[in-house]
Amino acid sequence: MSKFGGSNNKKEVPAMTSSSLSDIVFMLLFFFMVTTQMRETENKVMVKVPEASEVVKLERKDLNSYINIGTPIPAMQAQYGTDARIQLNDSFKTTDDIRDFIAAERDSKSEADRQFMTVSIRADQDVRMGIVTDVKQELRRCSALKIMYSARKTGN
Amino acid sequence: MNTSSTADIAFLLLCYFLMTTTMGSQTGLSRRLPPMPDQTQKVEDQKVNRRNIIVVRINSADRILAGSDPIDISQLKDKIKEFLINPTDNPNLPEKEVQDIEGFGPYAVSKGVISLQNDRGTSYQAYIAVQNELVKAINEIRDDFSMRNYNKKFAFLDEEKQDIVKKAIPQNISEAEPKDVAKR
Repeated sequence: MSKFGGSNNKKEVPAMTSSSLSDIVFMLLFFFMVTTQMRETENKVMVKVPEASEVVKLERKDLNSYINIGTPIPAMQAQYGTDARIQLNDSFKTTDDIRDFIAAERDSKSEADRQFMTVSIRADQDVRMGIVTDVKQELRRCSALKIMYSARKTGN
Repeated sequence: MNTSSTADIAFLLLCYFLMTTTMGSQTGLSRRLPPMPDQTQKVEDQKVNRRNIIVVRINSADRILAGSDPIDISQLKDKIKEFLINPTDNPNLPEKEVQDIEGFGPYAVSKGVISLQNDRGTSYQAYIAVQNELVKAINEIRDDFSMRNYNKKFAFLDEEKQDIVKKAIPQNISEAEPKDVAKR
């Protein structure tokens, strides 16, 4: 029946080699390592950033510091209430702490890069401008003037 | 060497990276805040001609007032464009000053400034929507300018030409000093 080797007519499927599997997985791994970045802080506030069509990409991710503004996550609401709060690094802070935060962030950057430091305001779309204005005023006081309003890109 | 466990190890690593990293790049609207006025320095009002300023106000109910009339957000872009271009040299719209732009030559640059004011009760979403419309208006004017002079959209120009376009059509958005109106 079979064309080759008349001696063994038994049809046998060879065992699947799994040697290429590891290569494939490694490729996946590298893909994720390159395209993602480390999550440095745990979110304690819920932030759903507003949409905008004219967004630009951030050039230097490492020169960026984040100020999160939003409602505390449900697990924290018993303790902190549902009013919008500011999160710096890993804890809830007030506007008075921004000065120290900016100073610390500045120190962590190299001297040449300090002027390019950007503060990214990640505020929830439902927060009131009052708290954002306070943050902005405080940033002006510490002369961290380059800011970015985080926004998602809308599809159009 | 038995390589069957390599796949497992790689899977573990993969899972670790999937858990600890975030996807997607940060996008947003870039702005430069005005520096804080010096306490010792006497605050002198910059004399800006009235016709050169358009005040965009957003109140606590997210209604928009551009200039003197209430306006819908969909009309804001065209209003701003008309304000900045001033095609008919209307004396109520901003004046133009002929400036010599390096690498391009003289061009009548509009002196218009958009002043954005918001209430403490304005929602962030509305604020960003307005900011977005302002940027969109300026981007469209820049695109027009680039198409006319270089036959390319602004985004596809090289850096040198982008600088020229930026000088010809500056992005003058001023975020005014907050006014304390009715604390919450």
